[in-house]
Amino acid sequence: MSNRNIFLGANLLSSNFDFELVRFAMSSSETPVSRRLQSVKHIIIVLAGKGGVGKSSVSTQLALNLYQSSPSARVGILDVDLTGPSIPRMLGLDGHGVHQSSDGWVPVYADGTDARLACMSVGFLLKKKEDSVVWRGPKKNGMIRQFLSDVRWGDLDYLVIDTPPGTSDEHLSLLEHMAPVHSRLSSVIVTTPQAVALMDAMKCLSFTRAVNLPVLGLIENMSGYVCPCCGEISNVFSTGGGEEMARREGLKFLGSLPVDTELVSLLDASEVDRESENPVDANRAEKTAESFVLLNRYSKTSSAKLFKNISEGVAASLAEAPASN
Amino acid sequence: MVQARDPVADVPENAPEHCPGTESEFAGKADACAGCENQQICASNDPKLPDPSLPFIKARMASVKRKILVLSGKGGVGKSTFTAQLGWAFAADEQIQTGIMDVDICGPSIPTILGIASEQVHSSSSGWSPVYVQDNLGVMSVGFMLPSARDAVMWRGPKKNGLISQFLKDVDWGELDYLVVDTPPGTSDEHLSIVQFLKESGIDGAVLITTPQEVALQDVRREIDFCRKVGIRILGLVENMSGFVCPGCKTESKIFKPTTGGGKKLAQDMGIELLGSVPLDPRIGKSADYGVSFLDEYPDSPASIAYLDIIDRIKEILGD
Repeated sequence: MSNRNIFLGANLLSSNFDFELVRFAMSSSETPVSRRLQSVKHIIIVLAGKGGVGKSSVSTQLALNLYQSSPSARVGILDVDLTGPSIPRMLGLDGHGVHQSSDGWVPVYADGTDARLACMSVGFLLKKKEDSVVWRGPKKNGMIRQFLSDVRWGDLDYLVIDTPPGTSDEHLSLLEHMAPVHSRLSSVIVTTPQAVALMDAMKCLSFTRAVNLPVLGLIENMSGYVCPCCGEISNVFSTGGGEEMARREGLKFLGSLPVDTELVSLLDASEVDRESENPVDANRAEKTAESFVLLNRYSKTSSAKLFKNISEGVAASLAEAPASN
Repeated sequence: MVQARDPVADVPENAPEHCPGTESEFAGKADACAGCENQQICASNDPKLPDPSLPFIKARMASVKRKILVLSGKGGVGKSTFTAQLGWAFAADEQIQTGIMDVDICGPSIPTILGIASEQVHSSSSGWSPVYVQDNLGVMSVGFMLPSARDAVMWRGPKKNGLISQFLKDVDWGELDYLVVDTPPGTSDEHLSIVQFLKESGIDGAVLITTPQEVALQDVRREIDFCRKVGIRILGLVENMSGFVCPGCKTESKIFKPTTGGGKKLAQDMGIELLGSVPLDPRIGKSADYGVSFLDEYPDSPASIAYLDIIDRIKEILGD
């Protein structure tokens, strides 16, 4: 090797920040997004870095738990995973469409006429569910801006935002457009105990620090699997790494969730399947919270009991956070 | 109803409602174009200026025989793990030169899985040298270029595309029999770019990875749609994590239940081949975390056998 060999890393670092715009935007005052989000108290962004660690299922569970936390709680869930939206399926809302009203796009309500759990995803905008959304950054940016400024969320106590993996266009766009409401933003990081996932979670944490986004805490998902046959716990993806990372980085550890096949099946089944398995609910005249099938069935899973603590931890972190943060 | 526009068409933000897209043959000529401020640009028949890096990519890729993409709409289904196994399996034959290119810019896992996370990329007169796992297995990833593993790459699309272009034109891959490209989840910048950059050199095919649940299958359907739209041949589908054998009682259970028929049904419905199903084995994840080859460590496990069958089938389909 000759002295021509140079380390390329330095090159890369000098340009590894695509974020000048965000800081710039923070100084701006009122925008269509800030006007629309005026009526939203807390905005929680669910991040992971790695794909398939359970961001969407955590987002869904967080929304359901916050919804349940009080009979009047109003929750929104926004899916900004534009090329792989999973939230409609998980909430059993596959095939629903979004309607335009004089006051903007009407979100899809997962709890029917109660209209306390509003959901928006690009999945509702596709003609066929297998259509691919092949968009580069600028179009994704436009879509996210519309989601934030054009959706008629109404008064919300919490808006949970599910993100795609990585730290790229979608994440930068979210932060950029929501810069005027930065004081109400916070995040939750999801990881699995594997080294590869923890590494990406660490990148994610670096991201939140770079953009000054408060982290409410860390959740370790897929931490162990209980054999339905003999009850033996297998650490399919190892265990404990999340808690260790939280301790090292001074983050609040919100809790760990084992793989729960019941939950996987519940979130994976379509609404139709759920109804057919629930003849008791079938004769209802209209959907209300009492017949919110998903929630009823979710409450019976073992994950629901564990997640209750996590959700309370999130709420506690929100209450502690100084308003100016 | 609010609907997304034709997803592939490139529609500028200031376009009129029924814009046919700048890449359409009706660009600038459709009724909707009247009055659009971009009409003249679209209507002028000048071919779009080709990317200046394309000739260099073509020259560099001329010495690569087979280019295979590993795709999945969904994250965490095992793309990188499969890519690594495929690379190791190809490279098991000393005569075969293999390259692995990791275009997951924001979450590069390949260096960890291959056990070379602490390596750095060096450049020489003939370009950037890949990092070698063994003498016939070279690897390039953004993971080698970060000062520390905890650094996040916060880039928008154009910068990611620039780096992918550099991976293709500036890396001194040498003579390769196989170049396996690991991609991030989704169908966005990285995917469009790699397809465009390799259009002239030709992509031999894509292997799609899924897990059995419907949420993953949904994303894979979108990926199949993407492959068909951009004209990439699909070699087949691999179903990962398709069953779990409890080490205690040896009973097989389904962690991710195939509520809608799993990979098998998807392959049938979409008319593609199911290359095989790999059971979930906790040792696969451990091997990945420690950076050792699962195939070498546990050659007799059902998962290894499944992997090797799939890899043989891929070779067969390619005619090697």
